[in-house]
Order: sequence, then C-alpha cells, then structure tokens
Amino acid sequence: MKFTLNWLKEHLDTQASLDDIVEALTRVGLEVEGVDNPGEKLAAFKVARVLTAERHPQADKLQVLTVDTGDGAPLQVVCGAPNARAGLVGVLGLPGAIVPANGMELKVSAIRGVESNGMMCSTRELELGDDHDGIIELPADAPVGTTFPDYAGLNDPVIDVSITPNRQDCMGVRGIARDLAAAGLGTLKPLAQVYRYPTPVRPELVEGRGELRASTGSARTEVPEVTGEGPGPDVRTDDSAGCPAFYGQEVRGVTNGAAPEWMRRFLTAIGQKPISVLVDITNFVSVDLGRPLHVYDKAKLSGGLVARRAKAGEQVLALNGKTYTLDETMTVIADDVAVHDIGGIMGGEHSGVSETTTDVVIECAYFDPDHIARTGQKLGLTSDARQRFERGVDPAFLDDGLAIATKLVLDHCGGTASEITRAGEPPLTLRTIGYDPSRAETLGGLAVAPERQKDILERLGFSVDGDWQVTIPTWRRDIDGSADLVEEVIRIEGIDKVQPVPLDRAPGVARPTATPEQKLERKLRRAAAARGLDEAVTWSFLSQAEADAFGGGAWSLANPISEDLKVMRPSLLPGLLSAAARNLNRGAGSVRLFELGRRYLAEAERPTLGVVLAGDRRPRGWQGGKAQGFDAFDAKAEALALLAAAGAPVDNLQVMGDAGETWHPGQSGTLRLGPKTVLAAFGMLHPSTAKAFDLDGPVAAVELYMDAIPGKRSSGFMRPAYAPPALQAVKRDFAFTVPAGLTADALTRAVRGSDKAAITAARVFDLFERDGVKSMAIEVTLQPSDKSFTDADLKAVADKVVAAAEKLGATLRG
Amino acid sequence: MSDLDQLQRDLLAAIGSADLAGLEDIRVSALGKSGSVTGLLKTLGGMSPEERQTTGPRIHALREAVSEALTGRKAGLEREALDARLAGETLDMTLPVDVPAAGTVHPVSQVMDELAQIFADLGFAVATGPEIEDDWHNFTALNIPESHPARAMHDTFYFPDQPDGERKMLLRTHTSPVQIRTMVNQQPPIRIIAPGRTYRSDSDATHTPMFHQVEGLVIDKGITLGHLKWTLETFLKAYFERDDIVLRLRPSYFPFTEPSAEVDVGYTIQNGKRVIGGSDHWMEVLGSGMVHPKVIAACGLDPDEWQGFAFGCGIDRLAMLKYGMDDLRAFFDGDIRWLKHYGFTALDVPTLSGGVGA
Repeated sequence: MKFTLNWLKEHLDTQASLDDIVEALTRVGLEVEGVDNPGEKLAAFKVARVLTAERHPQADKLQVLTVDTGDGAPLQVVCGAPNARAGLVGVLGLPGAIVPANGMELKVSAIRGVESNGMMCSTRELELGDDHDGIIELPADAPVGTTFPDYAGLNDPVIDVSITPNRQDCMGVRGIARDLAAAGLGTLKPLAQVYRYPTPVRPELVEGRGELRASTGSARTEVPEVTGEGPGPDVRTDDSAGCPAFYGQEVRGVTNGAAPEWMRRFLTAIGQKPISVLVDITNFVSVDLGRPLHVYDKAKLSGGLVARRAKAGEQVLALNGKTYTLDETMTVIADDVAVHDIGGIMGGEHSGVSETTTDVVIECAYFDPDHIARTGQKLGLTSDARQRFERGVDPAFLDDGLAIATKLVLDHCGGTASEITRAGEPPLTLRTIGYDPSRAETLGGLAVAPERQKDILERLGFSVDGDWQVTIPTWRRDIDGSADLVEEVIRIEGIDKVQPVPLDRAPGVARPTATPEQKLERKLRRAAAARGLDEAVTWSFLSQAEADAFGGGAWSLANPISEDLKVMRPSLLPGLLSAAARNLNRGAGSVRLFELGRRYLAEAERPTLGVVLAGDRRPRGWQGGKAQGFDAFDAKAEALALLAAAGAPVDNLQVMGDAGETWHPGQSGTLRLGPKTVLAAFGMLHPSTAKAFDLDGPVAAVELYMDAIPGKRSSGFMRPAYAPPALQAVKRDFAFTVPAGLTADALTRAVRGSDKAAITAARVFDLFERDGVKSMAIEVTLQPSDKSFTDADLKAVADKVVAAAEKLGATLRG
Repeated sequence: MSDLDQLQRDLLAAIGSADLAGLEDIRVSALGKSGSVTGLLKTLGGMSPEERQTTGPRIHALREAVSEALTGRKAGLEREALDARLAGETLDMTLPVDVPAAGTVHPVSQVMDELAQIFADLGFAVATGPEIEDDWHNFTALNIPESHPARAMHDTFYFPDQPDGERKMLLRTHTSPVQIRTMVNQQPPIRIIAPGRTYRSDSDATHTPMFHQVEGLVIDKGITLGHLKWTLETFLKAYFERDDIVLRLRPSYFPFTEPSAEVDVGYTIQNGKRVIGGSDHWMEVLGSGMVHPKVIAACGLDPDEWQGFAFGCGIDRLAMLKYGMDDLRAFFDGDIRWLKHYGFTALDVPTLSGGVGA
C-alpha cells in the first residue's frame, strides 16, 4: 500500500517529520517497505524563463538562448528544441544536475563554439512523460527561480507500507492516519474537513470517529448525503448472503474529462495511471478510505442492476481484458441482459465509463468477505477491490462512501444527482468484549496503566465503558477477543518496552530430551560422515520419470511448481543419483553421497538413509595402478558399518536377494533380521536405473530403513561383567570344492552350526574358480572352554565340519 | 705372565678383523669347551691358593675382555649389515598417498543439532510431525479458515482430493502444525522445538520450493511476551555465541498468534559482510507471538488456563547468517565442492562446553 506524505497529511494534522512518521509506522505494525522521494533527483532543475532566442552562428538547428533563472544575470544556454522561443517558461538544468533519463551530469560546455551553461529539458529527459518533441512549456505565470520539484509538487515522498491481512482499515490512507494519531503523531482530521465540506457539518462529531446508533443498527454518518432530485437508480440485491447491501445513486449530465490536478498527482505518485475523472474518483476513494466503488455508464445498461448469483457458465469480459467463466457460488452485478461486474472484485468492460459518458450509476455495496475470497481464489483474480472486500470493508461506511463519491462526481464532473437507493442492509451488529486491563501485563508482558489503555483504545476508535466493556469499531473486523485488545495496547504503547523475563529453569543440569529415533539419526549421520560420505539434502519431490525408475510414487502434487518437482520421492536414491550425475558432469572423480530423510509412502513417511557411490573408488595411482570403480561389496561394507553404528545386531543379519528391479539382479541384496524385517538394500544399481539418471558407469548404492532397526533395549548403563576366555582359541583351515551355486553364507553357516560349542567363527579367506570348479577355503575358530583341545577333540570337530559341508555338496580338497 | 697378555692381544686382534662367521670360530676357539681361555680357567683348580689369588683375576679379566670384544664386534658388524640393507630400502617419501576422503555433515543438519543442543539446555524437547499434512493441522486449527487471505499468502502445494473426500492433503507450509499435534497429544507444560522440511510454491534467489524451518512452542501458566523475548534473545546469543545480540520486536500479524511480532536482529557491516550483533542495521529473522486462544482451544486445552508463545524461523537462513553462504539454492544441489566447503566434519558435534558453533 503506497501513499504520499502530503496525502497522509490530508487526514493527519501533524508536525512530525518524515523520519518520525516512518519510524512510527513500523513501530505500530505498519511495516515500511520503502520511502521514495521523486523530487530529490530533480532538485537541481529550476523554473526558468527564456528571455531571448537567437540562431546559433554555427548550426541551423540550434538556438542560443538567454535564460532568466531568477537570480543574478541571465545565463546563456544552447538549445536544439524547435519550441524554444523568447517568453517561454520551462525547466532548466544547471551545471552539476544529473539528467534522470540518461544519468548524464550537466557541465558548462561549448557547443559548436558557443558556451552553454545548462540545459532546457523535455519531459522525457526528466522521466516525467514520453514527450521529446520539445522542451517543457510551463504556464507563463510559473514562478521563475523556484526549484522544479517544488513548483510541480514532486517533493512529496512516497511511503510504501506492507499491510498485514488483518488490517483492512489500513488499506486506506485514513486508517493509517488513525493509527498514527493513536500513536501520538498528530490528530486525525474530521472526514468533513478532509473532503472540504463547509464547516461545521456535524459539530458534535470530533476526530472523525464514526459511531453507531445502536437502537436502529444503522450507521451514523460523518458527512451529509447528497440530497438528489428524482428517483434513485433501480438497484436491488437478490443475494443477501454474498451482497447484503447495495446502495446506488445516479448522476446525470456529467462530463468525464481529466481528474483535478491534485488527484492525478496523488494517483500518479503511487503508480496508478490517471484514466478519467470518474475512474480516478473510484480509485482515489478506494486508496484514500479503503472503500471500493464502481461507476456504471447508464447508457450501456439495459434495465436496473441486481446483485445475484451467477448462472453456471455465465461469462463476463472484465476490465483487465480477460473473460471469466462464472459459477453459481459467485456474486455478480447484472442488468436485464448481461453480467457487468464480478461483485466486489472487478468491473466489466462493457458498462465501463468513457469520455462520452453522460449518466452514471454509482455503486457502493457491501460484499461478504468469505464469498469474495472464494470467488477470487476460484477465478485466480486479484484486484484492489478484492483485497479490500475479502479483508472486510467497514459495513458502517456505505452512506459516507456513497456521499463522498457523489460529491466528488458533482464537484468535478458536474451533473445532477438522483435520490439514493438503499437495497438490503449491511451487517451492523455491534460487538463488545469484556476486557481485563491486567491482561496487558499477564499476556503482553507490559504493565500499562488502565487509563492509558482506555485512551489508546479510544484513539483507535474503540469505546470503553466503566466496566471495561469494549465496543469494537465497525472497521476492525479482525478484533474478537481480549488478546486482540492486548495487541492494540502493546503496539501503540511500544512493544519494545516489553522487558525480557527468563523462563523457569528446572534445578540441576538440563535433562536429556532427544528421543531414541533422534539419537539414531544423529549417530547414523555422523557415522556416515566419518566413513567419508558427504551429506546432501535433495528435493523431496521428483519428476514422474525419476519416481517411475523407483517403482513410482504414492503422492503426486496437484499444483507442482514444475514437472521436475512433482512426485514425492519413494526412495532417497533418485535425488542422490541426480546429484551424483551433476557432480560427475562437473568433473568430480569420485562421488560418495548420503542423505538422511523421508520416503513418502502411501501409508507413512519413513525415515531412511540413502548412499550412492559413483565414479572412482580409488583413483589410478603409483601403488594401485588403474583406477578402481565401486563394487557391490563396497555397498555391503557401508551398509554393515552403518548398521553397526546404529546398534543393529549385524552378526545376526541374513543376506538375501530380492532387492528389487532397480538393482543389478546378480549383484545386490537385502540385509534382514529374520526373514521379514528388511534393514537395508545394497548392491549395484541396474544399468537401466543408472541410465535413467544419465549415469553411464556402474553405481553402487545402499538404502537403509531406519525405522526397521530394532531399538536398544533399555537396561541401564551397566555392562555385563568382563569375562574373556581363559584359554586361547585355535584356528584350523579347510578347503572345499563346492557346487557353483553354493553361497559363502550357506557354507559358513553350516560349518558354524556343525559344533556350536566349539566353533565360534567361520570365515571365507580364499575363493577361486578354475575349469568350472569352485573352491572355497574357510578359517574356523575353535574356542576351548575349561580345558585345551586334545588331538582327538580337534579331529572330531574337523570331521563334523567336513560332514556338514558335504551335506551341501562340498568336498574337502585333498 | 706375558703369555696371558700375548694371548689377549692376539685374540683381540683376531676379533677386530673377523667377519661374523670368523667371530663364531674365534668364540669357539677361545671360549668353547676346549677353547684356549676355557683351558686356562680349568687350570685354576690346580693352583695353590696364593697362585690362584694372583693369577685367577688375570685369567678372569682375559675372559671378560675377549667376551666383551666378541659382543661388541658382533653388534658392530650387525649394525653395519643392517645399515647397508636399509640403505638399499630407501623410498621416495615425497610420493603421494591415498588419504581416505573425509566426509561431511550438511550445514542444515549441523544447525539443527546446534538448535537441539541450545534448546535442550532451556528444557525444550525436539518434536516432529508429518510433512504431508492435512488441511486442518496446517491451517484450520491454526486459526486460518478456508477463506482467510493468509491461506493465499502461503503458496500451498496441494495433493489431489482424497477418495474419501474428507481431508484435503497438502505439503505443510510451515512447521506450525507440529504445535497442534503436540498440544493435542501432550498435556502442558510444553516446551518444544520442531525443526523440519517445509514447502511453498515459490522459487527465486532467496526462496526455494522446499526449505527448513524451526518452530518453538511454550505452553504453561503465566507465560508472557516477556518470556518470548528472553527466550529468543537467549537462543540467538547462544547460537551466534555473541553477547551483543540486540532484538527489535515489531507488531505484526499471524493468524495463530495474538499479539504477534516480527523479530529483527541487529547487525553491523564488516568488510562488506553482514555480521550479527550490534544495532547499526536490522534484519528480520523470526516470526513470533503469543499462541492465539482459538488455537489453544482447537487443541482441546482451556485458553483461560494455559497460554504461551510460539515462534518460527528459517533454518537455512540461520545457517547463512552464521556461516556466510549467500545462495539458498546451492543448499539442495548436492555439489560436493559446496558440501566440502560449507559442510562440517563428523566430529564437529555441537556441545555447550565447546560452544555450539564449528
């Protein structure tokens, strides 16, 4: 919301400086986003009169002027404008001035041998318009010597404030002025004075505070209505939910020319282009008072106007040039033939006013905020009117709004007003809150004397009775409880006065708060980093193709920001694979990435750790020769190390196949605790999976399912007693020829199981295949308990080992 | 007995010029069972006490001298042999070695750990909640009804309507729904922070469609804006490890807090960089306020009995302000150069005794 300092001062009688005002705005919650003074950059340009104009001796198209700048001797200026002539009053840039349009600094210079002491400027050079056919021509009585911004009223700083959605009242300059007055920055002028009514209009009304006559529930007005002649316009509302009140007044015989200078200046300053006086009046009142209006060209209407629900499929060409298709939840203003207004949001093109308009209907209606919000959301249409109506305009301001609009039309377009038609009634129920002034301290943390609180509330338009029953002003739809009143008091008194108060602290050292899941996550993260993996954070959403490479996702956004970020990831690997590909494309030799995050499955979000290993495991080197890539066993090692760090019982895990279609069918597996609980998948990715992410080489990966890892059994801090075996273990080696399909795991399990008392470990230490015969060598660890093994004992165990292996088709090699 | 002296001279001379094999021969010939020195020692038994007293020590001295010479010569020869071997084993110690690459912890994770550490000291637990949320937890319970203009400001990502038509599912636009879930499931007093991923349909240099937020919530009796201010000041001082942190509260609006305040933190410009501390300039870092009575009531608590404060803050932004990254988008690119540059080592575990920063 933008306005200028002078505009504000129309409502606020104040001596405060711009800086004080800006500071106060932010302090009361109207955050200033910027202040811009368009006059500043033109301060070195002056109103000046051309005294003489002679042909330049060296150039046909140039003239040599003498210019009166209002002080001292006339200056000589060379000028190329065709309209430069003696007697013209224009704008002179003096040496040192910077021309806004091109950033050039003016200097005393010789132009074709003639000294020039400045430049007479065009509107385009000063960025005041597009005209560059000649220099600016000001009225002959413009005061020579005045700086141009002062003369043109450009020294009016534009203040841009961000209005939070609760403050509809501050969508108008008057509301902002009211807040500033409450904050002690001046006095709010009566509305009648602001709009130049002959004083006194209503002497009993002070400070422009609207009050209500509770007995009738109708608004008490601050300015008199325009008493017209002849019947009011034919307006009615058939949709009392969407448009509870529709007031109208007709003005006949208007001339729709240019708006008055002051109005155009204000509108231009805040970035609105003046269009015609009728349109500008509605725009001005909307910004000035937060009161949207609409003006129809009566000649373009067929019959009266009615506020009604749209028919499904009904269309309207709006003022922004777009056609909108409506449905039956939307409120429109229509005549007998067509829709002319998306009620409270945007007017229609066909019934808009033009320079030929002579008779107008002025609409001042109340639209229901929720209806406006829903219609606006459905149509995807925002407008200044919607912003105000959906936040809730003052329902008690319809009479004043219409009176001011009609007055402005009569003042600036002439014509004769009709009587007023008031269809329906705005919702005028007064709301009251029982307030306890101690809440300022017990909630807001700031003790404010009750009298002071009452004063603040009254300055804001609340009324407070002796029992602290606080009546809410009609323009503060956002207030509905004690906490709101505390906020009003605190923000005006100064939230910075609130002093910090320590929270209570439990005695002793702070107690641990992390949950087992959080501790698991922290351990895994730092274990992975300690193993040389880099933690990435990648998008939670993927493209459809990326998700499909991992079996598709259960959740797809209805309104993704792009097709690349649409499907919630079913796995952590796609994001890491894309990141790996980007890194390799940037020339990275080796990529070891991990991420801790969630997979978004149909039934739940599951905490997961993903690892991707791509590129070189080890670069070529003088020791190792050629570069080595990652293999499935690197992935297995990462999986086991991380599971061990997580406290999973890694010795009891089984390796099984079935990692799934995204993986290499022969070089992948799962790590399971029991047949059902899958703790991790690991291995090489299927080449087609890698290819889907533009990865050419082999890629190893791990996905670790954190919520499947069994929790630590809580048994206190005490460890079991330390009891190393008294006797030293013995190692024996066995070499077997085995069937091609026999796995290391099956063989070692069988061996270990052959004598559970004596054998504590069995490990493959050699493996080779020659001429179709696979050979596996196993180191078996035997642990004696109370006495050393005899040769006979060892022989017996060896026989059991061989027998167990033979059951699997293995034979001891001779 | 010059023959003893002579024998010693001969033996020592022989030892001095012998190689390792020769040494053993000399040892056997002198000190072996039938060696020359051994033979002399055997003569001691047949001597008279007087003779033994004069000759005995000399023979023993001879044995000592020979034995010592043998050991010394042997050690010297072995040392020479070792030196010679080692000289032949010289390698170029300037050759490069493979140092396993150190891994890194992402700044967002590191900052989350820092937050958990600081707030644990203030008695706050860490709470979590789903990122795929329903409309009620993300908006309605937070006093943002369907037609509320604030909903439009959230740029929400929605999922298609569910088959049951009941709950509208969306990606949470803030971590505030965790407030709701905590209040619904837990009796006050409550002190939690809730860090996590959040989503808005927004993308430019300072906004990404996914980002991280931390929510704070305190519900108790007699909690005021003063407690909020103290908590935020205490937190920021601990986080930036500076005592000159200055906060400025500005009245603002969030549907789920009343009164509401935006919090600016003061900073100074040093060498062209923004450094938190002091009050030369202000930047907005937090949104906060006293939890709205309607929100407390929506969670089944009595707003006349319980009150408290809530705040929300961007974690990515906190990381940027402390560690100096300037492009948010790089956080989510997985560029290992960036991760190695801005990441943290596994052992940079934030602690209160060591300071939470690294």
